[in-house]
Amino acid sequence: MSDCRRQWNREDELPVYLAGPITTGPNQRKTYGMFSSVEGAFESKTIDFENYAVGRKGSRTPRSGSRERLLDTGDPISKTPSEARESSLNGSPGERDEARSRAELSSTVRAPRNLTQPYGGGFISERLLIKGGRVVNDDQSFYADVYIEDGLIKQVGENLVVPGGVKVIEANGRMVIPGGIDVNTCLMKSYLGTQPVDDFFQGTKAALAGGTTMIIDHVAPQPGDSLLEAFERWQEAADKKACCDYSLHVDIPQWNENVKDELELLVQDKGINSFQVYMAYKDVYQMTDSELYEAFSFLKLLGAVVLVHAENGDLIAQEQRKILGMGITGPEGHPLSRPEEVEAEAVFRAITLGNRVNCPVYITKVMSKSAADTITQARRKGSVVFGEPITASLATDGSHYWSKNWAKAAAYVTSPPLSPDQTTPDHLHTLLACGDLQVVGSSHCAYSTSQKAIGKDDFTLIPEGINGVEERMGFVWDKAVAMGKMDENQFVAVTSTNAAKIFNLYPRKGRIAVGSDADIVIWDPDSVKTITAKLQQSAAEYNIFEGLESRGGPVLVLSQGQVVYEEGKLHAQQGTGRFIPRKPFPDYAYQRVKFRNQVKHKQGVTRGIYDGPVYDVAPIPKYITPSPSAKTSPTSHQPPPIRNLHQSNFSLSGAQIDDNIPRRSGHRIVAPPGGRSNITSLG
Amino acid sequence: MSERRCSPEDDCSSLLSRLGSDSPRPRMKYGGMFCNVEGAFENKTLNFESLGPRPQFTLKLPPEAVSGCVVGNVTSVSTGATIAGCGDRLIIKGGKIVNDDQSFYADIYVEDGTIKQIGENLIVPSGVKTVDAYGQLVIPGGIDANTNLYSPQKGLNPADDFYQGTRAALSGGTTTIMDHVLVEPGTSLLTAFDQWKDAAEQRACCDFSLHVDITRWHEGLYEELETLIKDKGVNSFLFFMAYKDKYQSSDSQLYEAFSVLRDLGAIAQVHAENGDIIDEEQKKLLCLGITGPEGHVISHSEEVETEAVYRAITIAKQSNCPLYVTKVMSKSAADVIAKARKKGMVVYGEPITAGLATDGSHYWSKDWAIAAAFVTSPPLNPDPSTPQYLTSLLACGDLQVTSSAQASFSTAQKAVGKDNFTLIPEGTNGIEERMSVVWDRAVATGMMDENEFVAVTSTNAAKLFSMYPRKGRIAVGSDADIVIWNPKETRIISANTHNLNLEVNIFEGLEFRGVASVVISGGRVLLEDGKLNVTEGSGRFIPRKAFPDIVYKRIKARSKMAEAHGVPRGNYDGPVHDVISMTKSVPPTPTTRGPPCPKTLTGPRNLHQSGFTLAGAQIDDHIPRRSAQRIVAPPGGRSNITSLS
Repeated sequence: MSDCRRQWNREDELPVYLAGPITTGPNQRKTYGMFSSVEGAFESKTIDFENYAVGRKGSRTPRSGSRERLLDTGDPISKTPSEARESSLNGSPGERDEARSRAELSSTVRAPRNLTQPYGGGFISERLLIKGGRVVNDDQSFYADVYIEDGLIKQVGENLVVPGGVKVIEANGRMVIPGGIDVNTCLMKSYLGTQPVDDFFQGTKAALAGGTTMIIDHVAPQPGDSLLEAFERWQEAADKKACCDYSLHVDIPQWNENVKDELELLVQDKGINSFQVYMAYKDVYQMTDSELYEAFSFLKLLGAVVLVHAENGDLIAQEQRKILGMGITGPEGHPLSRPEEVEAEAVFRAITLGNRVNCPVYITKVMSKSAADTITQARRKGSVVFGEPITASLATDGSHYWSKNWAKAAAYVTSPPLSPDQTTPDHLHTLLACGDLQVVGSSHCAYSTSQKAIGKDDFTLIPEGINGVEERMGFVWDKAVAMGKMDENQFVAVTSTNAAKIFNLYPRKGRIAVGSDADIVIWDPDSVKTITAKLQQSAAEYNIFEGLESRGGPVLVLSQGQVVYEEGKLHAQQGTGRFIPRKPFPDYAYQRVKFRNQVKHKQGVTRGIYDGPVYDVAPIPKYITPSPSAKTSPTSHQPPPIRNLHQSNFSLSGAQIDDNIPRRSGHRIVAPPGGRSNITSLG
Repeated sequence: MSERRCSPEDDCSSLLSRLGSDSPRPRMKYGGMFCNVEGAFENKTLNFESLGPRPQFTLKLPPEAVSGCVVGNVTSVSTGATIAGCGDRLIIKGGKIVNDDQSFYADIYVEDGTIKQIGENLIVPSGVKTVDAYGQLVIPGGIDANTNLYSPQKGLNPADDFYQGTRAALSGGTTTIMDHVLVEPGTSLLTAFDQWKDAAEQRACCDFSLHVDITRWHEGLYEELETLIKDKGVNSFLFFMAYKDKYQSSDSQLYEAFSVLRDLGAIAQVHAENGDIIDEEQKKLLCLGITGPEGHVISHSEEVETEAVYRAITIAKQSNCPLYVTKVMSKSAADVIAKARKKGMVVYGEPITAGLATDGSHYWSKDWAIAAAFVTSPPLNPDPSTPQYLTSLLACGDLQVTSSAQASFSTAQKAVGKDNFTLIPEGTNGIEERMSVVWDRAVATGMMDENEFVAVTSTNAAKLFSMYPRKGRIAVGSDADIVIWNPKETRIISANTHNLNLEVNIFEGLEFRGVASVVISGGRVLLEDGKLNVTEGSGRFIPRKAFPDIVYKRIKARSKMAEAHGVPRGNYDGPVHDVISMTKSVPPTPTTRGPPCPKTLTGPRNLHQSGFTLAGAQIDDHIPRRSAQRIVAPPGGRSNITSLS
């Protein structure tokens, strides 16, 4: 798209009234290249925007105009010297303004609270006006005020006519972005009967504090549990506790016929359109390729998105055994037993399955370069596949598994594990910025150190899970946007909009537009915070990002039109979160699939019937097919009863008896009564 | 923090591991793809002429007289030597000896089935038979690393058995075959091996060796494997990733088997296709009413092959076992192998005659018999550019060995699947055409030089499978398996003239340059003047030793390097969450689902595991978190080790 726009630009063929908005439209381009500097983009937008605004709507208030410029020049704080020089050469107001801007920014830091206080600290007011902010969506940014009523965005624009007595939030030129959507949390996933320390209340509180206004949690039933019941249990718990809107994925712990009915019900009636399947956790959740194929086919019919936990469980089980056998029992055994290749292999396989079934595949937790590259390559070949890196893989690496401090090392245990390769986060950010990976999750699943210590003598027993729901948006900003890899629009896309599109929440979530939910974050790109477990909302004792600095953070968070976070203070109320049902067949994932269905129709060759001689096969049951699941190894690691079954089959060796009959002798065939036809003539 | 710069370009290239740098395979290649074969000839011809005539032999044709000659002249100077005898004494004169590393002009003296002398002006006893090779290439006899001359499919025995098959092999210039012993699930490896060996010894007319196909792995096979490897001379074992519920091995089985093979020094071969997906696709296609041979290629799609190759390589990487992928039929599968090799994996790929010479468009032939004749798996790729692509990878060394995957079933046998493509016995011919195909497609087109030709048709296989330098090289002491190759002659393939029983030849009508004009196997001239003169049962079994150097040197080094070390820590003595072993509720599922950690070990583990299946745990969700989970500090107090900071 951006290509053709550039084309128009050059040729100047369009009428002025059309060309104007497009070419001067400050924020038309969706994504900028990896290397386009964000600062430059800002600049050009600022100038153009003013022209545009003057032409269209009359003059803007000088105040916000100047603030916008101030913001631009405020940016060089994070620039390298050369870039800073460049931008000051560009003729923007310069150092004087920069100084002013800093002063003004710091003075406006408290502004929102000052402004909102007169209208009462409570949450009575349903009407809000966010003034003077720069609205950033995934496709464009523009200066506009946002008027909110009844938890919905009612107006977006300038000089809005609003009723009196509305609470005014002064955004002071800061970014107003759609609230983040964290697509991967596990706030109720029990392990050996213990619950994560962050439940729906604690977890959503942390989410809100980080600028995330919606989570999609994983319903994790145990094998044999009813999916529906599990779903209801989760929903009930979340309804009571969650303080932001939520939706649910349902994990399918095992595949069988009963599951199908429940899935249908969940999709049709319960508003679930995404289900997770596992390629790891052998003998617990792991599905064979056949089961995966069936599950993919079935979920495709329902119009759901398949989430895949992609690791080769067979290999992991083997490696775990080997590593325990070597006497390695500490957390470093975890990444050793789950090397990068095992993840990449499973991703490759999942994509192959997705291609064969023609079904969208969503890879949760992309943790390594090779897995991400596999996704990239598949997308290049046209596969409908999405990849989700998580906070941890974007902000830290797996070297900590070798920490001398057991508790610290154990805190990093998740699977797939963090890659020990220290260049991984950078690489994943690059792919995220160029659109090869789409969504950032957190996979937040916090266990206390004592819970982790269940596996103190055996790393395979350490409950898997890390924190990250609170830090998610901050780290993407810090490592991608502030580094110039990504622009603010792409930032909104990967933290919110893409998720909303893939999971059919769009445009209710993931966009600031009239009619959307008023889940809004005022984002301060310059706030710097040092992550520490002491100051976090999460109840976990250990934060895996401990000590890391993160630039950018929310100043104010609105959830359902309510101010829930303001200047470091949370006003979240337990149980205010609503369940957001989602419809099947999200366009973003399924449009292509539908077309491919039509195109890929398979046809046989119409031939005459073969009527030549047919070899006579004696109906000997030559091959006994013993094991129902080919994936289950008939080796020594199985419970005895089933073992014996296999082994009894093994001992049947009667099939070979007739091998000694001279081959080819009795096998010649009588020609069929009709004789040979033309069809089968050779030559 | 802000000074951290992103260097995205650096990140993109490296797809996988850190193995890349440590030990690239020693390169054996000479001449690039564009090395002109003619030029090479010319240059060396000049040298040859300068060598001058050899006085002790009376019969000597000037090279220019021979150059127009189409078939190599074989002249018996003395009638004393009979063809049937084992102690043939032969002298091959005037040819250019082509090994995988160099070409040179020299004569070869053969006695007792081995090469005794190489050089010019050889002093040989009188009465030897002279084979004239002027103007032709003298190459080591081909090794066909993949044939199925004896393995039944669906109760059908191949139309060409060891006799027919090896006869055809010899006529095409192949003097050693490696046949697959298909061990039916549940039977003894040794029994099957003996049976194959007996059959081959009775019938085969050329030397043979055997791979053993393991269709159902279990640890009980260890002893048999050990016997086979240590006593029986088998060092390669094939596993199937396809043929679900019949031969297919799971990833766990493959891993275990690969680990065992590595310890024993054998090579793991895989038939790489994802059997699970194929099975599902087959069902789907049959439901759609597609029953013809085109269903075969549709259900065995390229991706399915590629996926399995990728998986096999991953498993081999994890178990540090050398891997040999049989029948590389598609571009993407070949690419996966090439990439893996670039990352340093010890993996080898084998394209087959059919894959190098023709493509899968024939599956849509209106003639059922033709379409069915092409059925093999992985199937021939419908992409017509595949053969050329595979050839180019072969030429650059990314693929190493050519074989035929010969398994011939007559049309009547194929017709077992006339109403259901899944029942068509799989297999194509190619044992006879293999060398000609490689010459025609690779050498004659200038992609490959003659040395590389020898490497991919013979030497590489000999090295990989521990037969080198007995086979695969013309050197003093090597077996006298020698082919005199006439690069100028052409041959048109037809089922009417080939040496197999098959009624359909999948290469029907194709013309190939390069023909074996004389074939010497075990010191006996078996093919000359277009006449094939073979003796049933004259083939010997070639035992192979474990730990072939070309493969295992790197593996051994890596085994030493790859040892993982734990982190020495003090014992964790902080609080431990109490996993109270409540009543063991066995999961109501009938399946073999077990504990969360797939390893079933010893006592303490089970305690933990029992807790896992309790679904009642959610009841206590409402208890304020953290309170109930706080643990009494251990008597000794917290130690430094667990302090959080």
